[in-house]
Amino acid sequence: MSNQQYSDITRSGLWSNNVALVQILGLCPLLAVTNTVTNGLGLGLATTLVLVASNLIVSLIRNVVRPEIRLPAFVMIIASLVTAIELAMNAWFHELFIILGIFIPLIVTNCAILGRAESFAVKNPPLPAVIDALSMGIGFTIVLIVLGGMREAIGSGTLFANAHLMFGDWASVLTITLIEDYRGFLLAILPPGAFIGLGLLIALKNYFEARGKKVVKRQPLPQAAATQS
Amino acid sequence: MFKKTISSPHIHSPSYSTQGMMFRVILALLPAVAVYAWLFGWGVIINLLLAVGVALSCEAAMLTVRDRPLLPTITDGSAILTALLLVFALPPLAPWWLTTIGVAFAIIVAKHLYGGLGFNPFNPAMIGYVVLLVSFPRELTLWSLPAQLSEHTLDFGSTLNYIFSGTLPAHLGIDALTSATPLDMMKTQLGLGHTTSGIIAAHPVFGFMGGKGWIWINLLLLAGGLWLIYRRIINWHIPATLLGSLFAISLLFFLLDPQHAPSPLFHLFSGAAILGAFFIATDPVTAATSNIGRLWYGAGIGILIYVIRSWGGFPDGVAFAVLLMNMAAPTIDYYTKPRVFGHGDRDA
Repeated sequence: MSNQQYSDITRSGLWSNNVALVQILGLCPLLAVTNTVTNGLGLGLATTLVLVASNLIVSLIRNVVRPEIRLPAFVMIIASLVTAIELAMNAWFHELFIILGIFIPLIVTNCAILGRAESFAVKNPPLPAVIDALSMGIGFTIVLIVLGGMREAIGSGTLFANAHLMFGDWASVLTITLIEDYRGFLLAILPPGAFIGLGLLIALKNYFEARGKKVVKRQPLPQAAATQS
Repeated sequence: MFKKTISSPHIHSPSYSTQGMMFRVILALLPAVAVYAWLFGWGVIINLLLAVGVALSCEAAMLTVRDRPLLPTITDGSAILTALLLVFALPPLAPWWLTTIGVAFAIIVAKHLYGGLGFNPFNPAMIGYVVLLVSFPRELTLWSLPAQLSEHTLDFGSTLNYIFSGTLPAHLGIDALTSATPLDMMKTQLGLGHTTSGIIAAHPVFGFMGGKGWIWINLLLLAGGLWLIYRRIINWHIPATLLGSLFAISLLFFLLDPQHAPSPLFHLFSGAAILGAFFIATDPVTAATSNIGRLWYGAGIGILIYVIRSWGGFPDGVAFAVLLMNMAAPTIDYYTKPRVFGHGDRDA
């Protein structure tokens, strides 16, 4: 494959076919855990890891597995990988594992992973499959981090709270308190905040794309139609 | 009577423009606002002016961003009405940022992000209120005492100072000025195992039929609402079934166990039931549109209000009930479509 194709794959994963913003996949973990940057980053990295490993294995066995039984095979692979990641996180990032809770095992239900296996890895050699998984995973992680940052900043006035759970004790210095004595804006932390935040991010992406194409010039409504509404 | 007209505003009958409707609704609210301010002090007026200011600025800003003509929308009174309804729902001494966040959320997110007036699936004022209720439960329970009960009153200057800086005159604590609302008090005390008659006798906040002070506001709201029905700005269907179902279900539980269920009149005249019935649930954009649908819609809100008040986590449930039925309105409309003349089976 040429460099051009690799850069297309990367661009598609990070932006034009972003898992969270365009495919709107994996919403359950996306909405549930993004109340802080740390949680978002933790889940994003775990998902990326599973995605890369599953894409690689699926791509390697793509000529061995008969098409009729490919889905059960993919599911088995993804499930084993998620179990491995879950046990690893429990061992090494125990407190973060407790916070993310059920959403680590639930990575297995993230449609993005099976989606990439089925739509990309099974048709491509290992290297492009890994690059695709990496860019998709990183695109997903970035959205998780941005959404987590928005909700954390608005909801509790901090950024990178609990970062030490992930990176060890030195990371406590990363925690930024944006506003002292902040009363907290609970809505942003609660589920509605996740939906509103994701909606705003999708709108923002669409706005950037529309502005790139120079098509935002919209005709104002005729006066009559506006007054009737 | 039942199957005649559909939705508002249309051009037939003594119907009005959006602007005419909105300003008549505001007019009908004004006596109650005046008494509210008289009973609960300057905070009401200050918050009202602040809310209207924020509402109009947000409306203007969103219209500009959306390339829509500014004047026809900003003068139609809908933003002012939203601000007015929200101020009714907020405590009189609400700090400035509370009012500002609520109104801004109502106008920007609940109204304009959905496409502006006429396209919003939820009542903007209630969205603004629920956002505040969910996010700042503590601030929303600091309700000041009505004037008859309070030994201290704040003059204009110190009210202004409190709302904008959060500091009170030195000799007063916030506890001397505020208390639980009648509904809140009733819920808490019932939860502690007291009986309704004991609670009403023991706490001065309760008066004839409902809370002292609140009763006057509610009577004036009732009068304003009836005037709106008389002027055909709103239909009788939603208020009638809303209050009727709330009355019926609270009567049922009151008769079963009068010591642990407050009387129907208490339910009607405490809290926001009347305001909700005439001024909030009747919003033509978010309510069901067929007349039979309106009956169901109102009845659903009434029952939900009782359910949330009695078994829910919040003292009053009008806002949640209205929003839940807003969600149900399209379904209600689907199942209560009036038969088009000449089409379909009369018995179907």
